Amino acid sequence: MIYFDNAATSWPKPPCVAEAMTHYMSEIGASPGRSGHRLAIEAARVVYGAREAVAELFHAPDPLRVVFGANVTEALNLALNGLLRPGDHVVTGSLEHNSVMRPLRALERAGVGVTVVPCSKTGELDPRDLEAAIRPNTRLIVLNHASNVVGTLLPVPEAGAIARRHGILLLVDAAQTAGAYPIDMQAAGIDLLAFTGHKSLYGPMGTGGLIFGPRVDASHLQPIKRGGTGSHSEHEEQPAFLPDLFESGTPNAVGLAGLGASTRWIMAQGVEQIRAHEAALVGQLLAGLAAIPGITVYGTGNARLQTATVSFNIAGLEPSEVGLRLDDEYGIMCRVGLHCSPAAHRTLGTFPGGAIRLGLGAFNTAAEVAAAVAAVAEMAAAAMEA
Amino acid sequence: MAGESYAVILVYSTSHAMRLEKLLAERGIVCKMIPVPRHISSDCGVCIRVMRDDRAAVREVVAASGIEIQGIADA
Repeated sequence: MIYFDNAATSWPKPPCVAEAMTHYMSEIGASPGRSGHRLAIEAARVVYGAREAVAELFHAPDPLRVVFGANVTEALNLALNGLLRPGDHVVTGSLEHNSVMRPLRALERAGVGVTVVPCSKTGELDPRDLEAAIRPNTRLIVLNHASNVVGTLLPVPEAGAIARRHGILLLVDAAQTAGAYPIDMQAAGIDLLAFTGHKSLYGPMGTGGLIFGPRVDASHLQPIKRGGTGSHSEHEEQPAFLPDLFESGTPNAVGLAGLGASTRWIMAQGVEQIRAHEAALVGQLLAGLAAIPGITVYGTGNARLQTATVSFNIAGLEPSEVGLRLDDEYGIMCRVGLHCSPAAHRTLGTFPGGAIRLGLGAFNTAAEVAAAVAAVAEMAAAAMEA
Repeated sequence: MAGESYAVILVYSTSHAMRLEKLLAERGIVCKMIPVPRHISSDCGVCIRVMRDDRAAVREVVAASGIEIQGIADA
């Protein structure tokens, strides 16, 4: 069994993740940040520990500026719906996931100007095109750090410099890079970093968040939910400070126990080491696929310019058929179709047919990549004979 | 032995208490997270207990942290 669907959800997880979650459920269990008894304090410590770990990994200015939520989609919705008002303008690229595109299209109907800057067919974005799209009323640049379809890395530090030059904010969707590629919010000029726990951070589903850089005035964002926070309980108004302003309701503390453990595991391994391992596997995969007749590989074809996600098609075969046969005949699990990213597939020229996506992760091996290349070669050869 | 003299730092949120506890420990200031004493506040949350003699150093740490507190009270 070969798991190549890490771009959707990473698996397996480091053992420390389930251990931390089991420990929370069996030994702690209480509400964090609510009551004052020992288990409540212990629960709050676990959640705060996750806040600290995430802040350290991404070089965030302050753990209290880490706002936890259910996933990156919720974080992106908070940032986009919280910040943008009718009359504002926002700039993005044509590789975005629907977690950005759908909120933006809804905001567009409400009177927000949206410019989608075209990326190249390999998924690359020229920062000059990004800058040229900025208008006097542009409030925000929102950018996928790396495409979830072809893995191409987008020019985030350049976008950060552009945002600073124009006095606007940069929101980065780090769904595909958090934990797999070095992210330094301060060095890259990232004002708002949206991340999820269940992909390359190796945490559980139901965890993620939005990190606020020092240039963001949190009072400029409308919360998307309001409610109990365990703070300012005598008031019927939402607290104005972070993280409580955006963290209403009992949090997923058991999930955050897992996320804290997984994030500390990543730091112990070293993001650079994980990156080097994955880049070597991607180099092997790209070289292997390029040598097979009848295969089209999308993206730059250069492991240094992308994450561990590779998409391709086999001439004469539907992606859905390839996906089914990879699973049934070879035990290889991948993801086929449009990957919630119609914009990206239009950019790559694979809309509406889609593609076959192999999402590699830290636990994959060179032997697994070799097995996948051999499987694809066998299927491609059979399709050419047919 | 004479009873120890304590003070408590009253904060607005448990996250703030966690952050301050860490910063105080980094300065070598002895502290402990405790439920807010009933006679000080009816709030159900936690506060940070410190030695009363450390109050000047505590105020410095709080000011440097940028965290808004409700106050420091004798406990």
